[in-house]
Amino acid sequence: MSRTQLIMLQLLVAVILIGFWQVFTKYTFLGHRILDPFFFSTPFDVAARIFKWFTEGSIWRHLVITLVEAILAFVIGSLMGIFVGFWFARKPFIAAVFDPYVKMINSLPRVVLAPIFTLWLGLGIWSKVALGVTLVFFIVFFNVYQGVKEVSPTILANARMLGMSERQLLRHVYWPSALSWMFSSLHTAVGFAVVGAVVGEYLGSAAGLGYLIQQAEGIFDVAGVFAGMFVLGVFVVAIDAIVSLAERRLLYWQPVAVKAHS
Amino acid sequence: MIAGRSNESDTPATAMAAAVHLEGVCVTYLVENGSFTAIEQIDLTIADGEFLSIIGPTGCGKSTLLNIAAGMIAPTQGRVKIFGDILSGVNRRAGYLFQADALFPWMTVLENVAVGLEVTGISQYDARERARAWLERVGLSVFADRYPHMLSGGQKKRVALAQVLIREPKILLMDEPFGPLDAQTRLIMGNLLLDLWQADKKAVLFVTHDLEEAIALSDRVIVLAAGPNSAIIGDWKISLPRPRDILDVKLQPAFHWVHREIWSELKQEVLKTYERVEVRGT
Repeated sequence: MSRTQLIMLQLLVAVILIGFWQVFTKYTFLGHRILDPFFFSTPFDVAARIFKWFTEGSIWRHLVITLVEAILAFVIGSLMGIFVGFWFARKPFIAAVFDPYVKMINSLPRVVLAPIFTLWLGLGIWSKVALGVTLVFFIVFFNVYQGVKEVSPTILANARMLGMSERQLLRHVYWPSALSWMFSSLHTAVGFAVVGAVVGEYLGSAAGLGYLIQQAEGIFDVAGVFAGMFVLGVFVVAIDAIVSLAERRLLYWQPVAVKAHS
Repeated sequence: MIAGRSNESDTPATAMAAAVHLEGVCVTYLVENGSFTAIEQIDLTIADGEFLSIIGPTGCGKSTLLNIAAGMIAPTQGRVKIFGDILSGVNRRAGYLFQADALFPWMTVLENVAVGLEVTGISQYDARERARAWLERVGLSVFADRYPHMLSGGQKKRVALAQVLIREPKILLMDEPFGPLDAQTRLIMGNLLLDLWQADKKAVLFVTHDLEEAIALSDRVIVLAAGPNSAIIGDWKISLPRPRDILDVKLQPAFHWVHREIWSELKQEVLKTYERVEVRGT
């Protein structure tokens, strides 16, 4: 199947779904409507709302704030994950001591932390960044930890025989191996950064896509909710495309088949 | 004498310190129920510039012996001297060619070869220039910018060889390096190794399970007894003329004679290994 054919089919799915939506909300069958526009809105109303947001320019502020929160959450969470992942992997004693706490915090649903972060950090962007960090950190941490642990013993022995010191091993062997694991989980990590930002906004904020959806929901503005969801969906797909591009740049040395597995 | 048991030390190198000298080396591993002695009381001397092969049945401790010379395993008893100095830690004067693929997958072929020099503090530019020269010698200049996963098994071995030799080690340790290769590639790699070795004679410790390969390459072949508790049971000097071509060497009558002699010794040990496996299996 060619790329154009694929895109055509993907578009066809959207057209059919929206078509049904439009028909079922607009026309009555045997005297009653299948989808009530009060609860389901209509594609036209949603499109009109999105159009209005962009032409009036009110949406940009929210998009930028969500984006900034997601980027901050990703960067801070990744840096912490890399640092702790390396530290634990190189010091098994430390890892053993902290093991139950890591498991405990990781199994905690992050939503319950949101009110606490709001209390601590206020309604601004930092409480959302903190929520995103708790999600991103664990993904990056586990992958970096695994990447350092899973270096092939032969490669390690070879590096030692080539005369590498502990620091050179870190730079030439552990670091690239850990990064390759981290990059292979880039999609998940970036996705979680966005989730953290939006959920945080939804639970209490003054701006952002999550705020937009929450506000619309509060006044039973279903068209607003759907419009917010749609903008968020496109936003995530766009970010994912950028991540794919970055991934291809960063994992250039890996065979394609291996990448598909990880 | 073309080949025979070498009990007399007729190498001129004995006057100087030997490249590798193992003195009463013994290696014991702790296992669940007690301990397991891999090798017992081994005395072995490899002269500077000598090409020595170690051969023996599976599990006889060939690789253990090599890892001791590399300083990756410390002997439980005995000691290791490298050019007269007692070895502790990794053997800095040795290069090690592994059986498995040991190239760094995130580096290009050129970077893989250059990295061994870069870690010694040589500038990246100089290291890469010399790496290019080495790639030329192993016939891989065109592949300089490829990544290891794009190469065939034989090409990877060439890169590994260049990666080790660029550091100009005084001793070369090889653990069945051509084991995973097909027969034709092995032949070509063997000749390449001989050419490189002939140009700048290093002490070589070559572990293999292929007797023909061992005879064709070496000055001396050591036979290890079936493990555990393995010891040296045969020490053969191979005086076939050099420089050699592996294919030519294998056609010489002397080659066949020495092959038969060593094989009759080795066969006993291989059979012992099989018997043990069968006994354990029943």
